[in-house]
Amino acid sequence: MNALLVSAILGVLLMLSSVFIKNKSYIHTLALAGLAGLFMLNLAELNGWLLFEIDLKGMLRFDRYALVMNAIMLASLFFYLLLSGRAMEKVGPHYADYLALLFFICAGLFMVTGYASLLILFLGIEVISIPLYILTGSDKRNLKSNEAALKYFLLGSFSTGLLLLGIAFFYGARGNFSATVSVDPTVVGSSLQLASLLLLLFAMSFKVSVAPFHFWTPDVYDGAPTVFTSFMATIVKVALFAAFVRLFEDTFSLQFSIWQPWVAGFVVLTLLIGNLTAVFQQSVKRMLAYSSIAQAGFMLLAVYAINGDSKEGLLLYAASYSLATIGIFAVLSHLQDYTFDGFNGLAKKQPVVAASLAIFFLSLAGIPLTGGFLAKLFMIKAALAYQPWLAIVAVIMAVVSVFYYFRVIQAMYFRSADDQEMMPEFPKSFPILLLVTALLVVLLGIFPETLLGLLYF
Amino acid sequence: MPINYYLFLAIALFSIGVVGVLTRRNAIIIFMCIELMLNAVNLLLVAFSKMHYKQAAAAAIPIANPGIDGQLFVFFIMVVAAAEVSVGLAIIVMLYRNIHSVDINFLNRLKH
Repeated sequence: MNALLVSAILGVLLMLSSVFIKNKSYIHTLALAGLAGLFMLNLAELNGWLLFEIDLKGMLRFDRYALVMNAIMLASLFFYLLLSGRAMEKVGPHYADYLALLFFICAGLFMVTGYASLLILFLGIEVISIPLYILTGSDKRNLKSNEAALKYFLLGSFSTGLLLLGIAFFYGARGNFSATVSVDPTVVGSSLQLASLLLLLFAMSFKVSVAPFHFWTPDVYDGAPTVFTSFMATIVKVALFAAFVRLFEDTFSLQFSIWQPWVAGFVVLTLLIGNLTAVFQQSVKRMLAYSSIAQAGFMLLAVYAINGDSKEGLLLYAASYSLATIGIFAVLSHLQDYTFDGFNGLAKKQPVVAASLAIFFLSLAGIPLTGGFLAKLFMIKAALAYQPWLAIVAVIMAVVSVFYYFRVIQAMYFRSADDQEMMPEFPKSFPILLLVTALLVVLLGIFPETLLGLLYF
Repeated sequence: MPINYYLFLAIALFSIGVVGVLTRRNAIIIFMCIELMLNAVNLLLVAFSKMHYKQAAAAAIPIANPGIDGQLFVFFIMVVAAAEVSVGLAIIVMLYRNIHSVDINFLNRLKH
């Protein structure tokens, strides 16, 4: 609750700051300080200290899981701003406004992880989506950015329509919007209940880009300015997954047997489509878009197997996936050539950047000693409790993913650059920051209990 | 009137919206169809709200203001739809400035 209120206020502050502060690096520092403050407030709430005592009337419920998720998102956002905050200046002249929109989205993220009423779920998703439409189209002269914004907007509002119809049916069947009260088992099978369940499942799958509702993702992620793609593909997606899990764990727990086969089908489709299409991509940015679909398939396993293991796994997945992808996108936004050749010979010129990138890719592929390995392990273990074949599919697809992640590592280490002039220039502090992020990803893989311990005390 | 009439009317409106989104090529018309979908939901929520009010009154359940939250939700949908309109129209205008058309068939640059 602390962070939710303060992030909205910070958004307004940053929006006004462009009038008074002309120096962009001051605005950047202000945003970083704000994020650090938000993180501290969230930690304080985790220890039971609240800024305001507000009667929430059962609309929001910040339990430990939501607060730990918020802490992970805030930490990722902090690294995101550190690594690519300056790259945002290249997008357009409205630097302070982009940061303000990020803070407004942040308020939406907290609503989505902590909702207890479907009204707040809907509002949270919209508070996230509407600023994201703007950020997607923020490169106003670029036709690709325009196209991505229009596509995202039309498909996003279409899926909001589905979500709302699902919520309306839900209200018709249950008489309230409460997400926490489980329904009376005698009316579980009614057609209104079933319709609301399926519509909400489809709408949420749309929002987190799970196949067969993924088709907007590659185009939008490819067309949006790279800095904002990074944000959409990581922090936003993770928050929506937290909401997805909460919806099916609390609200639809009694209809478990109805939705589980659907989710299993979605997992298989997402893993297949995401991984197999990513293999054939020429552009690294587009490959990362498909890879984010593939990773969504793994995260969907947490929804499939609602149990303690998978929920803890989702936290670990959120942290390792967000940090790794943010790091890769931060490097990508400095490159001129987005194809695999753009990475040629990077290891010779920028050894620290190349080593950190290699760690990020290893983590995404799920190689031991990185956070990504443990996260995948948790997910597969959770799935194993229900359907062994699903776990086998997941493992095979993780192997396929190694192929396209290692193409980048191969380009960096075993090929030389044809054209020295195309080599990117990084700011001085950038390699060190990137290395710190990579170290965090490794530490997550060695000491996951420091993160998961937050859940219990 | 029984709730079924409202249900069918709302679903019919919603389906018209969905079909419009899937078949029309003009961005503005697609946009109008999405608004139609949202308003179909508004109608449904108001109908359900009335239904729950009557049920609570008939069963004499002592809740304060039964069915009021459905109507509250409608206001939130209206506000969000207005915010969406302002952003969506801005995006369409931005596109029109660049390609002088709002036909979504032009939008295939990202396919390759």
